[in-house]
Amino acid sequence: MKRLLRGARVVDPANLVDGQYDVLIDGERIAQIGRELPVDLADGGEVLDLPPGLVLCPGFIDMHVHLREPGQEHKETVATGVLSAVTGGFTAVACMPNTRPVNDNASVTQLILQKAREANLARVYPIGAVSRGQKGEELADIAELHEAGCVAVTDDGLPIATALLARRALEYTSMFGMPVIEHCEDQSLKGEGVAHEGPVAASLGLRGIPGVAEAITAGRDILLAEMTGGHVHIAHMSAWTTLEAVRQGKSRGVRVTAEVCPHHFTLTDDLLAAPVPYDTNAKMNPPLREARDRDAMLAGIVDGSVDVIATDHAPHHYDEKNVEFDRAPFGIVGLETAVSIALDRLVRPGLIRLPRLVELMSVNPARVLNVPGGSLAPGAVADITVLAPTLPVTIDRAALRSKSKNTPYHGWSFTGGVAATFVAGRLVFANPASGWPGRG
Amino acid sequence: MDATAATALSQKNLLGIADLSPEEIVLVLDTAEAMKEVGRRAIKKVPTLRGRTVVNLFFEPSTRTRTSFEIAEKRLSADTLNVAIGTSSVVKGETLVDTALNIEAMAPSMIVLRHVSSGACHLLSRICKAAIINAGDGMHEHPTQALLDAFTIRERKGRIGGLKVAIVGDLLHSRVLRSNLLLLSKLGAEPWVCGPATLIPPGLRNLGVRVTTKVDEAVEGADVVMMLRMQLERMQGGYFPSLREYFRTFGMTQERVARAKPDVIIMHPGPINRGVEIASEVVDGPYSVILDQVANGVAVRMAVLYLLAGGADDETVA
Repeated sequence: MKRLLRGARVVDPANLVDGQYDVLIDGERIAQIGRELPVDLADGGEVLDLPPGLVLCPGFIDMHVHLREPGQEHKETVATGVLSAVTGGFTAVACMPNTRPVNDNASVTQLILQKAREANLARVYPIGAVSRGQKGEELADIAELHEAGCVAVTDDGLPIATALLARRALEYTSMFGMPVIEHCEDQSLKGEGVAHEGPVAASLGLRGIPGVAEAITAGRDILLAEMTGGHVHIAHMSAWTTLEAVRQGKSRGVRVTAEVCPHHFTLTDDLLAAPVPYDTNAKMNPPLREARDRDAMLAGIVDGSVDVIATDHAPHHYDEKNVEFDRAPFGIVGLETAVSIALDRLVRPGLIRLPRLVELMSVNPARVLNVPGGSLAPGAVADITVLAPTLPVTIDRAALRSKSKNTPYHGWSFTGGVAATFVAGRLVFANPASGWPGRG
Repeated sequence: MDATAATALSQKNLLGIADLSPEEIVLVLDTAEAMKEVGRRAIKKVPTLRGRTVVNLFFEPSTRTRTSFEIAEKRLSADTLNVAIGTSSVVKGETLVDTALNIEAMAPSMIVLRHVSSGACHLLSRICKAAIINAGDGMHEHPTQALLDAFTIRERKGRIGGLKVAIVGDLLHSRVLRSNLLLLSKLGAEPWVCGPATLIPPGLRNLGVRVTTKVDEAVEGADVVMMLRMQLERMQGGYFPSLREYFRTFGMTQERVARAKPDVIIMHPGPINRGVEIASEVVDGPYSVILDQVANGVAVRMAVLYLLAGGADDETVA
């Protein structure tokens, strides 16, 4: 079936496209992009005349989510996770291996892929464990994971335990062209920490995690990537010192890429003290840091040091968060808030323009993970995110499609949201508030 | 009751000194003076809180603070109930929220909470109708300790503003320190803090506090020296090499006390580690007001309970 989308601005930086174009989808792929494309509806095709102001982009890819299945289905399942993803404008997600059991073998990878096929919404790219059981002792069967469909390896939730294991992982994955994704955190410096080490944690009496705990591990792995020629991807970067390490690595030609989460470029640890003191929905790892760190993340997004915006979508059940701050699990949901935050806080104030946002959320994650997407060229998969940059959005946790509601943005208003999401040419989400035509 | 007790506190709970205005602090101290008078009577009991239930909910071992609250409640004729819960059983079973909701269902007027987690009192205050009194939450605050410390200082010195108060010990983990710094700053004292560099939290210098690692500098000319308890686990955590070295470097000896003002008072929130943070001769010496602090704790807690119960507006006040 053919479907012609008319009247939107098309932003496709991988092909240097930015303007008013028609987009013709044929089945699962992009057929053509051009002006005033002829309409041929003979075989039951469809023409969608879009309301003014919408923006068509290659599908957004969130390369850092926790889908919790198998093992913690009370927080999220693959099915609810991908529903949350397409609602948030993501056509694909890469899911972390810290499930129960850990995704360190093909049977877990296959289970996740099977659940994703059944859900049939966003694409799901499993990420395997670096070490068996994420125990940090010996490498997992990474070749097997690669064959089963894993696109990267990480011990996320924990750093790779030793420099030696990180070295081996970087060397071994280079055979498969997979990046090693690193959760940077020196465990001895983290200790029992639950919040960023700084004046706010000190006044609240919370044990601190210093920013350099992140930068030290990042520095270690960037040096090892340089030595081995491997590709290290720094997950959820939060500290200005880490950004400095990434910049230095890039300037020396090291294969290092880095991602930043929306909360780390919008929030600071002030949110721990007010408006709700000790709000466990402001507890995540890495923690919300100081203004200097938050501003550094923004600067890195602007100057190109940051490659990817990822959410670190970390669903937790209400009961698990409704406890003392130091006992609550780390993490917040992010799939359904990221696009609004990015449009409102990055594009609207003019820090970056839309093509750069598309690089950060589509082109670059596709390149880092070496997966399809990031392009609307003819023949490319018809994964499309449609943005509504002027749509007023108020975050309501009760309306989230994720199984978990742990967001610090409840009640926040943003300008900008998602109008529709196409995966493989199929409309999987449409937002009536955006004026999207026809059936949603 | 005298006229100064005519006003109540603006907050329903006492979660921390951070929430009190200087005037409210003075109100508590003034009220405590009246309460102290009750303690001197032969019949140490007034009907102020008659018919009210106060639950002392302690998730952390405590002898001094719990006993002090219980005596204060009994002297005010409250019905008191002590619930001591080992933290280990909580990990396996009921959450703090559920425990609190169950106690709340029995309609107590107030819950006095001691808990290992910073912010536990804030959590309860969001779900309970009962007034929450913080009896120490993690590393955050211990407001009644700071109030009784202030009461003791004012009793001995006649004022708090302008005094040099040196606080020595574990500055990183101490809730007593946090509450005292807030209170002393609000009342215009000049707090100095001193401890090993490994136990100084970031941002302390931003709070208008003088920070030093030289104990002689902290004590020099001090009106008040307040020692903080040094817990053995800090040594095990690698913050300093040995108790011997700690005492040698930071322990309060008579020689060090001699650098303070001649009328210095020595304070300690207890329990004391003799020979670790403070020499026995200092504990038992003439400038020590450590047992006065304990005695004043009852009066100050009576004042807090009374004021949170509604002060003189309450019909049960004698």
